[in-house]
Amino acid sequence: MNHIALLMENQPGALSRVIGLFSQRGYNIDSLSVAPTQDETLSRLTMTIGEEGADINQILKQLYKLVDVVMVQNLSEADALTLELAIIKLNKTKAEVEGFFKNYKFEREILDEKDQYTVFKVLGDTQEIEKLLSELKKEEFLEVTRSGTLGMTKGNESLATNDQTKISYD
Amino acid sequence: MAKVMTSGGEALIRALADENVDIIFGYPGGAALHIYDAIYQQDRVQHILVRHEQAATHAADGFARATGKPGVCLVTSGPGATNAITGIATAYMDSIPLVVISGQVPNHLIGTDAFQETDMMGISRPIVKHSFLVQKPEEIPVIVKKAFHIATSGRPGPVVIDVPKNLTDPNEKFEYKFPSDLYLRSFALYNEAKNSEVKKAVKLLTEAERPVIYAGGGAINSNAAEEIYEFGKLMGCPVTNTLMGLGVYPASDEQFVGMLGMHGTYEANMVMHEADLIMAIGARFDDRITNNPNKFGLQAKKIHIDSDPSSIDKIIDVDVAMTGNAKKVISQINKELKAMNFDNKKFDGWMKKAMQWRAEHGLNHNMLNQKNAGDIILPQQVIQSAYKVTDGKAFVTSDVGQHQMFAAQYYHFNEPRKWINSGGLGTMGFGLPAAMGVKFAFPDETVACITGEGSIQMCIQELSTCGQYGLPIKIINLNNRALGMVKQWQDMQYGGRYSSISYEDSLPDFIKLAESYGHIGMKVEKLSELEVAMEECFALKDKLVFLDVYVDPDEHVYPMLKAGGDMSEMFLSKTEKTFK
Repeated sequence: MNHIALLMENQPGALSRVIGLFSQRGYNIDSLSVAPTQDETLSRLTMTIGEEGADINQILKQLYKLVDVVMVQNLSEADALTLELAIIKLNKTKAEVEGFFKNYKFEREILDEKDQYTVFKVLGDTQEIEKLLSELKKEEFLEVTRSGTLGMTKGNESLATNDQTKISYD
Repeated sequence: MAKVMTSGGEALIRALADENVDIIFGYPGGAALHIYDAIYQQDRVQHILVRHEQAATHAADGFARATGKPGVCLVTSGPGATNAITGIATAYMDSIPLVVISGQVPNHLIGTDAFQETDMMGISRPIVKHSFLVQKPEEIPVIVKKAFHIATSGRPGPVVIDVPKNLTDPNEKFEYKFPSDLYLRSFALYNEAKNSEVKKAVKLLTEAERPVIYAGGGAINSNAAEEIYEFGKLMGCPVTNTLMGLGVYPASDEQFVGMLGMHGTYEANMVMHEADLIMAIGARFDDRITNNPNKFGLQAKKIHIDSDPSSIDKIIDVDVAMTGNAKKVISQINKELKAMNFDNKKFDGWMKKAMQWRAEHGLNHNMLNQKNAGDIILPQQVIQSAYKVTDGKAFVTSDVGQHQMFAAQYYHFNEPRKWINSGGLGTMGFGLPAAMGVKFAFPDETVACITGEGSIQMCIQELSTCGQYGLPIKIINLNNRALGMVKQWQDMQYGGRYSSISYEDSLPDFIKLAESYGHIGMKVEKLSELEVAMEECFALKDKLVFLDVYVDPDEHVYPMLKAGGDMSEMFLSKTEKTFK
C-alpha cells in the first residue's frame, strides 16, 4: 500500500487530469481525498494505491508530468504520519458499542444514538481501520463512510509550495 | 504606447501573430464565428480552409514536423472538436507541438446539451499535453503564451484551448497586453545531463565491445542530428533509427544499418540483438521496436537519453538514465570522447559483422533493374523509382500500412524532418493533409505523399483544398486493391481468411477523381512504364499529380519480427525465417 501526497493547481479540470491518468494508464486508486490548502491557489490530494506490483515510480513520474501537478511525494517512503477518519453506523445501542470497543485502542467518539442505531467515528491508521471493518462485518453493520488516507511528513520538510518558475523571452 | 483595445476574438488572433504564427488551418462554425470575423479583419495570420477538421490537425502537424515550429489549428465546437480528436491523438503519440483552438458554446449554455456542445476538455484530456478552458477574455493572451510554451518545450505535444463563444464577443473590448514573461509553477524542464551520469555513460560506451546507437523521434524534436552524426563518427559503431527517427542519422552513411523493429532491416535487428551496449537517444522502447521486452537486449547494458523522465524505465530498465535535451546531452558526451581521444578502432570488427549481416539478408535497393513476370510492379520498385527521380531530396509524407513500411525501408532519408508519418497512433488519412502542411511551410520544395488506395480515401476530400490553394503535391498511390497490411497479417496468421479487406469492384477511378478536382491523374500498370511515369509526375512542377500505380497485390513487407520473439527472430520472406 502506497500513500501519495500531491499538490496541484486549484483549477477546474486539474482533479480530472489526475484521476484520468489512473484509468488511462491502468492503475487503481483505493482511496482519495482532496481539499484546498492554506494557499487558495493550491489543492492537496492524498491517495492510496494498494495494487501489488504497480510500478509506483512510473505512477509518480506520470503524475508529476501533469502541468497542473506542482509536487508529488510518496509518503510511504518518507518519515510521515498517515491518518484516516471513518464514520460508522451500527444497529447497536450506545452501551453496546462502548462494550465492543473495550479491547480496541482507537480514538473514537459516539456521535449519535437514535432508535437503537448508533453512529460513531474512529480515527486511525488505514490498515487498522480496515481491520476494524472486517471485524465489524460479523456485527449488524449498516453503513460506513471513510475520509481516505490523509498524511504529511514529520519535521522540517513539506511539499514545496512556492516555486513559480519565471520564463523570460527576449 | 497607446492602449490597444480588442475583443476576445481579436485578442486570440493577435496573440497568435505575436507568437509569430503566420498560418493556421481550420474550419469555421457557429461557436467560432466571432474568431473568424477577427481573422477576416487582419492580415498577419493566414487561415487555410480545409475540408474536414481532421485534415486541419494533420496539416498543422505536418507543418510542425517539417519546420520544428508549432502547428496551429482552429475548429468549432461539437463535431468540429470531435473531428479534430484523431489528429490531436496522432500528434500526442508522436510528441508533436500543436496548438488546437476549439470554439465552445457560450458559458451560460455549457452543460445544457446545447446545439453543437461537447465537453472538449473532457474528451481531449487523455491525448493532450495540457488544455485550457478560457474563463475571462482578458486572460486569452497569457493562455496563448502558456499554450505555446507548453506545446514546444521539453517533450513537445498538443495543447487545446477551448474558447466559449461569449468570450470572443466583438462588442466587448478590453485592453490587449501580450505578456513578456510567463509564470508556470513547477514546470520542470531538463537540459543538460548531470556530469556524473555523462561520465558513467562514457565509461560504458568506451568499455563496450559491441555498441549500437538507437535514435528516435526525440532526437529529431531536439534538433540533435548534427551532434548525433558527430557522436556516430566518434564511436564508429552501427547506428539505427526508429520509424520516427529516420533522417536524424544519414541513411547513406556507411555506419547506418537501417530502421530497426517490426519491419526493420535484418542487420539492424541483429545488431540490436547481439549488442552489448544499447545507446537510446530520444527513443522509447516502443513495442514495435523491442518485440518481446522480456527477451530484449539481454546481453546489453543500456543508456537512455530522454526529455521525459516517465519514458525512462517504463518498458526497459536501463543502466544509465540521462533526463535531458538530446542535443545538449550528446554534445556533453562528444566533448568527453574528444577530450580522451577515444580510439574507436576496436569496433571495426563489430561494424564488419553488421555489414556481413547486411550482405546475407539486407534489403535489395537495386530492384529497378529487375524484370518481373507479367511486367507487374513491386511496391518496393515504386519507392526506389520515386527516390531516384527526386534524388532523395523530397519531403515524403505517408499514410499507414505496407506503403508506409516500404517507404521507410527504401527511401533513404539523409536529413531529419523530411520523413513525415504517423508512427505512434498509425493514423490512416494522415498523409495528404500532412503533405499540405509541409507544402505551405516549404512551397519551393518537392513534397510527395506515398499512400495506398485504402489510406488515401480517408482524407481524399483534401484534393479540394489542394486545388483551392494550388498545392502541387505528388501523390504516389501504391494501389494493391486491398488493405495490404491487414491482408498480410491474414495471410500469415489467419490462414489466408481475408476478412473485410477488399473493395476492388468499388474503387473509384482515381484519375477521373483527381481530374474532377482540377488535378492531373496518371495510371501505371506495367513496370516498363513506371520510371517514365514517375519522371513525368515530378516534372509537372506546378500541378498536383495523382500517380495511381498498380502494384503486386500479394507482396508482403519483410523482414517481420516474430510475435513474442526476440529481435533476431524474423520472417525474411514468404519462405525464409531466422527461427525454427
